[in-house]
Amino acid sequence: MTIPNIVGAGLIVIGAGLGIGRIGGQAMDAIARQPEASGKIQTAMLIAAALIEGIGFAALFAA
Amino acid sequence: MITGVLSAQDHEGEDVETGGHDLKTEIKEYIDHHLLDSHDFNLFSYTTDEGEHKYIGAPLPVILWDNGLKVFSSSKLKHGDGVAEVDGNYYKLYHNKIYKTDTEGTINYDTQHGKETHTEDAFGENLVVDDAHPTNEKPLDFSITKNVVFIILVGLLMFLVFRSMAKRYQKSNMPKGVGRFLEPLVMFVRDEIAIPNIGEHKHKRYMSYLLTVFFFVWIINLLGLTPLGVNVTNNIAVTFALALITYLITTFTGNKNYWKHIFWMPGVPVPMKIILAPIELLGTFIKPFSLMIRLYANITAGHVVLMSIIGLMFIFKNWIGSPLSFLLAFALSLLELLVAALQAYIFTMLSALYFGMATEEDHH
Repeated sequence: MTIPNIVGAGLIVIGAGLGIGRIGGQAMDAIARQPEASGKIQTAMLIAAALIEGIGFAALFAA
Repeated sequence: MITGVLSAQDHEGEDVETGGHDLKTEIKEYIDHHLLDSHDFNLFSYTTDEGEHKYIGAPLPVILWDNGLKVFSSSKLKHGDGVAEVDGNYYKLYHNKIYKTDTEGTINYDTQHGKETHTEDAFGENLVVDDAHPTNEKPLDFSITKNVVFIILVGLLMFLVFRSMAKRYQKSNMPKGVGRFLEPLVMFVRDEIAIPNIGEHKHKRYMSYLLTVFFFVWIINLLGLTPLGVNVTNNIAVTFALALITYLITTFTGNKNYWKHIFWMPGVPVPMKIILAPIELLGTFIKPFSLMIRLYANITAGHVVLMSIIGLMFIFKNWIGSPLSFLLAFALSLLELLVAALQAYIFTMLSALYFGMATEEDHH
């Protein structure tokens, strides 16, 4: 657990958090505009979140 | 956990020795042992008053291929302490892998032995890690380990349950018993995962694989959360096998459009086509690879964090720290339940997406 490792892990969490946060925010905007499509938007949001999380975990293992 | 408690009681009055059997090392060893595969099925172990380790559980058969098939019970391996003798060959367990040794059980290390890396572990203490890799011969290991037993059990369970459900459908339209719980799930997989991604006409071919993967991954993830200590998806080999099957199905059922899109993408100028071809080819490998990593990392990370927090409970031995750690572990367990289902869904959805891309019709 050296310093570069910890800094790297922090950067990864920032990246993943920003990405998923943006998607969540835009998903909420979209649902606010069109409440009928909320099911599809929710599904798409979960898919995108899982993909980003996948990269995040892979990088976390390397760090 | 019981070992941790007992050793904690032993050391309360004494000075904590570095290395050896202080509580943190014990917890680390327990976590490692709990998360890895093992050749026997032991539920828990405890240390008697004489300092002997006793294990409660059942040994599983060990099947090796070492110029001939050798089958023996893993109780001969004595949990890593002893040397098993079978037909004149000696085998020893080292870090959960079986090596061939001589009567004393010597493990020959390669030149890295003696060079140690000094790092800091999670508690900020110095940890000396031996860089040695054993150079003994390793026979091919086909043993029925804990993971294999549970994969077989879950497969059998799924086969029995879904078979009875299918037979029920021949008689009437409404299922009975467990079928009533599973029917909406099966329809969910068909209507939300298969049809939007693969299309109305072709989804039936892939439905059996998608259903199998969905329920298998979900049940295995849930079983990993129980105290039985079976962590099947924790093993990257298992997720690799699942991702490999997805890759094989996309490769062998891809139609002409799919391959054309990979090697000679229509609608772009020729220099771009030459650049895109290797990238797209790499993409076919990376997509199932990411499936493998995603499932493995999510489940493993969840388990490691959970076990560390439970271990934290034993380090704080006062009235405030332990209950808080317990509550945190409880909250995390609930999150893990969600992650189990979500990862099953994501794996199935992405597999369906890849199948859909493989069988897309020309729509220009």
